[in-house]
Amino acid sequence: MQTHKYDTVIVGAGGAGMRAAIEATKRSRTAVLTKLYPTRSHTGAAQGGMAAALANVEEDNWEWHTFDTVKGGDYLVDQDAAEILAKEAIDSVLDLEKMGLPFNRTPEGTIDQRRFGGHTRNHGEAAVRRSCYAADRTGHMILQTLYQNCVKEGVEFYNEFYVLDLLLNEVDGVKKAAGVVALELATGELHVFRAKAIVFASGGTGKFYKVSSNAHTLTGDGQAAAFRRGLPLEDMEFFQFHPTGIWKMGILLTEGARGEGGILRNKDGERFMERYAPTIKDLAPRDMVSRSIYTEIREGRGCGPDADHVYLDLTHLPPEQLDAKLPDITEFARTYLGIEPYTDPIPIQPTAHYAMGGIPTNVKGEVLINNTDIVPGLYAAGEVACVSVHGANRLGTNSLLDINVFGRRAGIAAAEYAATADFVELPEAPEKFVADEVTRMRDASGGESVAAIRRELQETMDRNAMVFRTEQTLKQAREDIVELRARYKNVSVQDKGRRFNTDLLEALELGNLLELAEVLVVSALARKESRGGHYREDFPDRDDVNFMRHTMAYREVDPEGNESIRLDYKPVVQTRYQPMERKY
Amino acid sequence: MSTATVEKETTGTPDGGSAASHKISVTFRLRRFNPEVSAEVTWQDFRIDIDPKERVLDALHQIKWEEDGTLTFRRSCAHGICGSDAMRINGRNRLACKTLIKDLNPAKPITVEPIKGLTVLKDLVVDMEPFFQAYRDVMPFLITSGNEPTRERRQSSEDRERFDDTTKCILCAACTSSCPVFWNDGQYFGPAAIVNAHRFIFDSRDEGGEQRLEILNEKEGVWRCRTTFNCSEACPRGIEVTKAIQEVKRAIITRRF
Repeated sequence: MQTHKYDTVIVGAGGAGMRAAIEATKRSRTAVLTKLYPTRSHTGAAQGGMAAALANVEEDNWEWHTFDTVKGGDYLVDQDAAEILAKEAIDSVLDLEKMGLPFNRTPEGTIDQRRFGGHTRNHGEAAVRRSCYAADRTGHMILQTLYQNCVKEGVEFYNEFYVLDLLLNEVDGVKKAAGVVALELATGELHVFRAKAIVFASGGTGKFYKVSSNAHTLTGDGQAAAFRRGLPLEDMEFFQFHPTGIWKMGILLTEGARGEGGILRNKDGERFMERYAPTIKDLAPRDMVSRSIYTEIREGRGCGPDADHVYLDLTHLPPEQLDAKLPDITEFARTYLGIEPYTDPIPIQPTAHYAMGGIPTNVKGEVLINNTDIVPGLYAAGEVACVSVHGANRLGTNSLLDINVFGRRAGIAAAEYAATADFVELPEAPEKFVADEVTRMRDASGGESVAAIRRELQETMDRNAMVFRTEQTLKQAREDIVELRARYKNVSVQDKGRRFNTDLLEALELGNLLELAEVLVVSALARKESRGGHYREDFPDRDDVNFMRHTMAYREVDPEGNESIRLDYKPVVQTRYQPMERKY
Repeated sequence: MSTATVEKETTGTPDGGSAASHKISVTFRLRRFNPEVSAEVTWQDFRIDIDPKERVLDALHQIKWEEDGTLTFRRSCAHGICGSDAMRINGRNRLACKTLIKDLNPAKPITVEPIKGLTVLKDLVVDMEPFFQAYRDVMPFLITSGNEPTRERRQSSEDRERFDDTTKCILCAACTSSCPVFWNDGQYFGPAAIVNAHRFIFDSRDEGGEQRLEILNEKEGVWRCRTTFNCSEACPRGIEVTKAIQEVKRAIITRRF
């Protein structure tokens, strides 16, 4: 085992992690630990754009953006955080441009902007052009630009170092960040990183669903590490299903396709979104569009022999527009479906996309240990975190924004904290938890297969905890997960080696997915209302009296070693907007 | 030699609609290497039943998850955007997640081996460090002087278009590891690094072009390129790599870019 010492350690090298690293490296001795090479991160898969009220092409302002974010999140958004997001959006986009990001341009040479779901002019009057974009590979450009600037700033990366544990220690009765434990994939060696400040920016957890836009590697590693160390997870029941995933495969087709004029159609060729959101139609927020699609399918208006999907129709758009604005997604249709989007509609279905919930933080990126107190030295940003700017449903283009605004904030705050703080003593045998887990799995002969358990987890989550939920389906999911977790204790890997043991890696990732899936389901069972991405058919209305509050889930272990999940609630921060009925 | 046999899965829809899954039997011939076990490289055949509309990556997963957990490869996004899974498939560099089995010849064994010119660490995993070092050496970031503007730098759509092609690079190394010059001379920057230099040299906002051209004018720079076009053929993003290299060569001579 090796031990390293840095002022600031950042876990994850996607958009949030690298945005934090650029700031932290200027201010403190910083290391970035990342499971993947930085440019492999899933920020690169984001397509449509990054919201900012630049008003380059039409009237717009940050207050409208704030309102849309709050309404889009079905009033579970912390309004102070949403205001920061919308205000700092403008400088965030301009910063990226100055770092070199090649945005598409207006005829005047300024950054071009296009329409996106739920972003409106003057509190819902009509769709507004707010999304700053680079063709349909905005996330790719952001990831590349941030990596380029990390190279420029000399950011120190530990590539293919998988962080498996968060080390906390009590100082004068206060739990503080002390370090992390990482597995070096190339060698199988364990490394302890001591740090004064730690930023978790390790991304999402969408691989507990089967049909998912998420990378294989998005397994909630940061959320699970924090949760196991007694930190709460906020609003985990809110998971976004993006309306337009490639049928069965789940590969994302950007909402920008509808922003450019694409239309959703059922088997009768009907533009069904006119019935569900008469004002902004296909550009309604994602939760509403995904529910509308499944309603069409359930009522027998789905397409194909099994009536199990609908169409994204781009055929009325000029081929030149598709080539210029949507080159990647049209190529996906050709590559994976053998379909020519110039002439044929694309079969789509909602796909598991984004965790609104995560590790709770305040607007500085400081991680909360309960409703009010922070863990000194611990920060989180991006999809792993819950600020909460997305509430019950995130608007498209607000996540590329979130990683830049709060990644930057967390990087600065962490480095500034590290400048004055002392190292916290490591707990005794700091690597023990990880070493025991790794040894157990490598040496076990239990015979349970990682792939089988993962497939069953994904199947029960898709069937029981997706767009439509009831008490019955959620209880079924919970029962299944409990059983799978018991089987997971007997999981064994075939690869007994140390070098690049991806068999072991997948087994460890599955442990995180199982843990977090249970948190999602338990949180969803208790929320007896429908709000944003969480829709309970047995409680179809929003209930502001009882549930306009954030869920806070804690892991508890009794003296016999039995685990359970305890739920608490945290008030929503409301500033200028009173909850209203959400109509579009 | 194995022959592919077509068999209809019983769960498929009877009318053979697009929902049906037709599995065929395909042999994958994989290059195996694990120095923890043996210093020798071996070839191993796996015969699996799989829908030919699936990706080569799906086949590798099926083998890893159902037959041999020790099979090792990198992957992440699974749809051609993260650049993790460049491999040599039937002798050609491709992304495993962007190559459908039906687009190969499933009647014959499909060979999968690591990309060439980089040290193999285990099975299909190679050491990417030299590749990223070459990338870092061309100063792949916007270089400007003077005060920053308060708003964005202006750029016309035409100027933006000038380097659009080379912004698509995902650093998968398919181009560099398809280049015969790179195989024989690990010091050569390789196509990917030149592509990323091009992306900045031809960006109207950038002022570091001269510095980058000097770097690429060196012995191991663009002049090693023999325009074999392997790189353009290998690029999973469709970048005209050889053309970009030619534009850089021309810029070195004319100092116009």
